[in-house]
Amino acid sequence: MSSSDVDRELKRLTRRGFITAAVAAGAGYASWKWLRTRPRADGLAWPLRSALQANESLAEAYFSRARLSPSFRPSDVTRARLNGRLGLQSPIDLDAWRLTIAGAAEPLALTMDDIRALPRHDQITELRCIEGWSIIVKWTGVRLADLVQRYPPTELPKYIAIETPDRGYYVGLDIESALHPQTLLAYEMNGSPLALLHGAPLRLAIPVKYGIKNIKRIGTIRYTNIRPADFWAERGYDWYAGH
Amino acid sequence: MKKLEKKHPVWIRWFHWINFPLLALMIWSGTLIYWAYPRYATLPQTWWRAMKINNRLAEGMALHFFFMWLFLINGVLYVLYTVFSGEWRELVPNRNSFREAWQVTLHDLGIRKEAPPPRKFNGAQQIAYTGVILMGLGSLVSGLAIYKPVQFSWLTTLFFGYQGARFVHFALTIGYILFFLVHVAQVIRAGWNNFRAMVIGYEVTDVSPVIMDASPVIMDASPVINDEQQ
Repeated sequence: MSSSDVDRELKRLTRRGFITAAVAAGAGYASWKWLRTRPRADGLAWPLRSALQANESLAEAYFSRARLSPSFRPSDVTRARLNGRLGLQSPIDLDAWRLTIAGAAEPLALTMDDIRALPRHDQITELRCIEGWSIIVKWTGVRLADLVQRYPPTELPKYIAIETPDRGYYVGLDIESALHPQTLLAYEMNGSPLALLHGAPLRLAIPVKYGIKNIKRIGTIRYTNIRPADFWAERGYDWYAGH
Repeated sequence: MKKLEKKHPVWIRWFHWINFPLLALMIWSGTLIYWAYPRYATLPQTWWRAMKINNRLAEGMALHFFFMWLFLINGVLYVLYTVFSGEWRELVPNRNSFREAWQVTLHDLGIRKEAPPPRKFNGAQQIAYTGVILMGLGSLVSGLAIYKPVQFSWLTTLFFGYQGARFVHFALTIGYILFFLVHVAQVIRAGWNNFRAMVIGYEVTDVSPVIMDASPVIMDASPVINDEQQ
């Protein structure tokens, strides 16, 4: 093949290669534009929301209550960090406070003594904030699983919804995560009674979830088969938010 | 005399160019996440705002957990392809690669005259291209340790905990950026013929007349285009 044949062949290959590249780049750019212009579902383009839900199905299929969040020694406990006052702004009378259980055989209003009557558990686990920081906390309280067993629903629900008394903050939990042995209704933190801004009188400590699910100042626990509303999931975050 | 020589298989070229925007999206969405807790390097808020990186944590996470699948699939297919096509032989460093990489570095810095050997990938390239795949594996594993630190707690423990995994994940990202800068600089240095080969697959080589004279029969017999299939 002569030099001019090589030039001709090179020209042909170059044209073909760069046209293919341009078409592929155009298709990629169009896909991106498509993704960015989709209608939103709870603050996210719906394909991204669907992807989070697909990831959730995969995570739930793999999830095991036997796998525990690592435990730490008392000396590992870090300084507590205050983050989030949602649902804590309304005044509260701790003596008049009751834990409402909805969706059980009959409606219940439990006192702090009713809750303390359940087996007490300590755990030192990591609380991982969705922002990226993490702290190690000693939690004391009762297992949510024990509460569910003591005050059972008519049949085991798919979800548990938890809300502050003023419903300024609310989270939804899948039942598997809710019944995980490290999911506590905590009334003490690092050996002291819960401070108001840490969620007195009762808060959730759930190390199989990001910090956003660790709701403070619990007012209502509801058994439900309808996927509960979740404050941050309505604002673009993952509903599952599980570890 | 000019000759066209097949250089990069069509699959490698697709994997390479698909990886480019995917890695860029992973780094960008990762930065949207990093903004919420900029632990390893703090930049002024004005900079974050100018780059429109502020207050987009939820979006960053959703994008990261969407494109991670495409990034993973493309990476796994690339590795499988190099294994089954035998291309890995050109890419994986051998015991001479490290010495050669040093020589190439000295040459590129203008300290050493002797040019690198005219192989498809020299020692420095072998180390870089295999290393970046190992980094990808590191991002995958450290990412999983951050994504599911309870269900994969043994993995998180291997990284000395959640924050350790986050540090490794972040450091690898800096590694990709450094890789990208050196890679682009080297591609610019190497010139158009080399760059074009990553698009069209073929490179123009100059066959010296001395070799021509020595083996005219072989030259005639050998097709100018070694590999027509695409």
